[in-house]
Amino acid sequence: MTDQIRSILNDHGRLSVPVGELTLASNLYRAGLTSHASVNIMLALEAEFDVEFPDRMLRRSVFESIEAISEAIQELRAAD
Amino acid sequence: MSTPAAIMAAQNADDVDRQARFPSEFLAEAKRAKLLGAYVPTRFGGLGGSISDLSAMCAEFGESCAASGMIMAMHQIQVACLVHHGLGAPEICSYVAEIAERQLLIGSVTSEVGIGGDLRSSLCALEPAPMGYALVKDAPTISYGAQADDLLVTARRAPDAAAADQVAVVMRNGTYALEQTSSWDTVGMRGTCSPGFRMVAQVDSGYILPIPFADVASQTMVPVSHILWASTWLGIATAAVKRAHTFVREQARKNPGTVPPAASHLAEVWSELQTMRHSVRQTAAEYETSRCSPGGLQHLSTLAFSVRVNNLKLTASRQVVDIVNGCMMICGLAGYKNDSRFGLGRQLRDAYSAPLMVANDRIVAANASMLLVLKEEL
Repeated sequence: MTDQIRSILNDHGRLSVPVGELTLASNLYRAGLTSHASVNIMLALEAEFDVEFPDRMLRRSVFESIEAISEAIQELRAAD
Repeated sequence: MSTPAAIMAAQNADDVDRQARFPSEFLAEAKRAKLLGAYVPTRFGGLGGSISDLSAMCAEFGESCAASGMIMAMHQIQVACLVHHGLGAPEICSYVAEIAERQLLIGSVTSEVGIGGDLRSSLCALEPAPMGYALVKDAPTISYGAQADDLLVTARRAPDAAAADQVAVVMRNGTYALEQTSSWDTVGMRGTCSPGFRMVAQVDSGYILPIPFADVASQTMVPVSHILWASTWLGIATAAVKRAHTFVREQARKNPGTVPPAASHLAEVWSELQTMRHSVRQTAAEYETSRCSPGGLQHLSTLAFSVRVNNLKLTASRQVVDIVNGCMMICGLAGYKNDSRFGLGRQLRDAYSAPLMVANDRIVAANASMLLVLKEEL
C-alpha cells in the first residue's frame, strides 16, 4: 500500500523533496505539501483505494505522513 | 447604552477618516477599560472574554468607527493566536499576562511582497544568528504598524524550509525596525494606517509559537479573523440601517397615513441585516463551543469547518456592501451629502474594503477546491 501512496505523492504532491527520500514517518508538510496539493492527494487516494474519507478525517494530521495516510486507509477498509 | 470607548470612536470617526489618522483617542479609552486584554484569560490578568464577547465588541466599535472596530478586531485575533497556541512556551505565557497588564497593542505581519495575500506561504525565513534568529520581511501592508507595541509575524521555519512550512513569532518592541515603503491613502478604512513596511528583526527563540503556523492558521487565525471582521462589518451595516430607519420614520411623520415609498426598501435592508447578524453570532457560538469541547480543535481543523467559516466571510462581505448601498438609496441625497446627519459616504467607502480584505475570489477558489473532497450532509 505504501508504494501506491508514494506513487500518488510523486504524481500529485508537488513536494520539494524526492518521494524516494521520505521515510514512512516523514512529515509531508515539511516536505512542501500545501493545502491545495493535499486536496489532490485526497482525490487520488479515494480513486486508487476505492474509499471515501469522511469529513471527520479531512484534516491536516490525517495526511501528514505516509504512515498516517496508510493507517487512515486501513481504518476505512476495515469499516467496510 | 454605548460604552465610553464606543462614544470616543464615534466622536472622532469623521476626523480619523478625513485625515487617515490613527484613532488614538479611541485606543486610549479602550485601554482604560482594559479591553486590549479582553481575550486574555483571567488567570493571566485579563478580562477572560469569549469569542462571542469579542464579536459583540467589534460590532459595537465598528458601528461607531469602522477603522477603530477593525483595529480592535485585528489586535484580538493576534491575542487569540497566542492564548490558543502559545501557552506551551513560558515566554509567551508571561507575554500574554503583560498584554493585559500593560495593555499592549499587537499588529500582524502576514502578507509579503512576492507572495501577495496567501497567508499560508512565506518567502522570508528565520536565519540562524548568534542571538537566536534574524528575520527580514518585506510586507506590502502592516495595519497600524507604526502604532503597534509589538508584532506577530509569519516566516518559514528555516532557510531550507518549504514555503508553507511556517512559524509565527512575537516581535517585541525594540527587537525590530520598520522602514515605511508605501503610503495608505485609501478609499475607506483609512484610520487603520496600513502602509507597507520593510521589517528587520532579531528573533528571540522563546517567542516562536511552539506549534506549526499551519495549525495556528486553521484553528484560530483564519476563523477568528473571519468572525471578527464580519462582526466589524455588521457594525458598519447596523450604523447605516439605523440612519435609514430614522430617515424613513421622519418622512412618515410628515405625512401620517401613507407609508413612504422608501419604507419597503428599509424592510429589505432590515431583513438582510438580521440574516447577517444571525450568521455572525451563530458562527462565533459554533467556534466557541467546538473549541471548548473535548477534541474541539480537531473539529476546527476539518475542511468542513473551514468551508463554513469562509462562507461567513463571503456572505458578510457582500451583505455589508449591499446593505449600506440600500441605505444610501433610501436616504437619497441626504445620504450622499457628507455634512448631513444621514451621510453614509464613510460607511459606503469602509464597506468596500470587505470583499477585498483577503479577496473573495481567493476564498471562493479555496472553497471550490475543498468541495471536491467534502461530503458534508447539508
